[in-house]
Amino acid sequence: MSTEHGSGGERSEGVETTLAVSDLTVSFGRRPPSVRGVSLRIGRGERLGLIGESGSGKSVTALAVMGLLPEYAQTWGSVQLAEQELLGMNDRRLSRLRGSAMSMVFQEPMTALDPTMRVGRQVAEVFALHAVRNGTGATRHRVLNALVEVGLGEGERIANAYPHELSGGQRQRVVLAMALANAPDLVICDEPTTALDVTVQAQVLDLLDAQLTTRGSSCLFISHDLAVVARLCSSVAVMLDGEIVEQGPLGQILHDAEHPYTRGLVAAARIDRVQRGERLPTVADFWERGR
Amino acid sequence: MRRANLLVGAALVGLVLVIAAVSLVWTPHDPIRVDPAHVLVPPLQGGFLLGTDGFGIDVLSRLMVSARFCVLVGIIAVGIAALVGVPLGMVAGQRGGWVSELIMRATDVWYAFPALLLAILLAAAVGASTVTAMVAIGVATVPAFARVARAGTVQVMAQDYVLAARAAGTPPIRVAARHVLPNIAPTIGVQASVSFGIAILAEAALSYLGLSTRPPTPTWGRMLRDAQTYLFSNPELAVWPGLAIAVAVLGCNLLGDGLRDLLDPRLKEVR
Repeated sequence: MSTEHGSGGERSEGVETTLAVSDLTVSFGRRPPSVRGVSLRIGRGERLGLIGESGSGKSVTALAVMGLLPEYAQTWGSVQLAEQELLGMNDRRLSRLRGSAMSMVFQEPMTALDPTMRVGRQVAEVFALHAVRNGTGATRHRVLNALVEVGLGEGERIANAYPHELSGGQRQRVVLAMALANAPDLVICDEPTTALDVTVQAQVLDLLDAQLTTRGSSCLFISHDLAVVARLCSSVAVMLDGEIVEQGPLGQILHDAEHPYTRGLVAAARIDRVQRGERLPTVADFWERGR
Repeated sequence: MRRANLLVGAALVGLVLVIAAVSLVWTPHDPIRVDPAHVLVPPLQGGFLLGTDGFGIDVLSRLMVSARFCVLVGIIAVGIAALVGVPLGMVAGQRGGWVSELIMRATDVWYAFPALLLAILLAAAVGASTVTAMVAIGVATVPAFARVARAGTVQVMAQDYVLAARAAGTPPIRVAARHVLPNIAPTIGVQASVSFGIAILAEAALSYLGLSTRPPTPTWGRMLRDAQTYLFSNPELAVWPGLAIAVAVLGCNLLGDGLRDLLDPRLKEVR
């Protein structure tokens, strides 16, 4: 499949659809909707980068897909995972899909693990919760395996540790191990590397890349960092103020963006193109809110 | 320095517990049998360390046996309160919305109802006994636990690890058992320690009024009541049980304070 050329529409024809979001609108109370008419489609094994600034509705979109929005949130539209409608599904059935058919990696590894529980037990929980999908096997063995797979070689020591005894990178690997444990059809990553330093960020991205490929999982990758998205995803959707303003294959977005906001993002990400002594470009050079 | 609270509190509570335990196997004299030959012996005479009371019973022995009952009433009362209050508070905190409103407003009304009145009502209805006192104190303490549990639960539910657990498909009951309860346990412990002190005080008040354990079983409250008769001739008889109650309650409060300081991360830097 070509990622550099071709338009978004024909790209994934013929590939089985993992996630189809259409016309999703989310609002909280009487405030104007945080997400308006968002449509996304991710084929089997595909990765879509969802990019946008803080408050643009990326995380709300992700939580809406997972069905984890607070009760007072109202949603309209449709979210289908493998042709199964998720919006309006009761929580018990949704719970069975979460962690098995779809999973999520959160931004902050420092707080995403329960401080009172040993890491190994937390990973074991994910296996225990979805025993049906997994078949059988010694949980302990599988926990250690899962930890080794995400590059935590000393699985035994890590499994017996409490979260505060691990570094940020190690914790994010544990979180990844939990998200990937049941080989989900869809992994939603909400800024999974933002809290990590650049070196660890690169390692975790490579790891995520490899593990997604091994499992054949699709991925919705949320970030505000175009460079990170470019490293992992084949197509990109740009979100601004609750709406998707541009969507297409990575190459098209990088080289031939239509929306001025996207062009601003690309320019701001390509500091290698800036001449010495020149001012660094900002998004505001291309696009300003309310203009 | 902040640890002083914890250490002194633990020592005092430990002392009460040890005395209560020792009284099970050994007391210097019989704590119940009336002995007309040794009425109102002053302290340190005739082999009675703290003297004897108006019935001729050794005061020290009575104090020791009383400790047993105050500990027992305290533990059961706090146990009842925690077993009812904590789940109520957790449900309120986890469900939110109208469920939470209903539980917490009911708790407010419950809180406003005086414990003493409840004990008198219960005693009038089913008769005064140790069980009456335990139930009355326990029921009256439920709201304190419900509030603390709800506050803790709301806080824990807002944490990323709860969202992550839900994203992994953990059903609400399992979230409560695996994630919420262990994380609010320290706060519940502090509340239990403070409530234990209040329960001891309440038990003393109830048995002073004759609404708790029946005679001849000694309790600190009853010892105070008995001492009232001799307040002008033998004032020390009132001092001993008063001192015992003060030590036990002070110990519980210091222990609670110390635990809270130990567990409060905001106070860690101050230390």
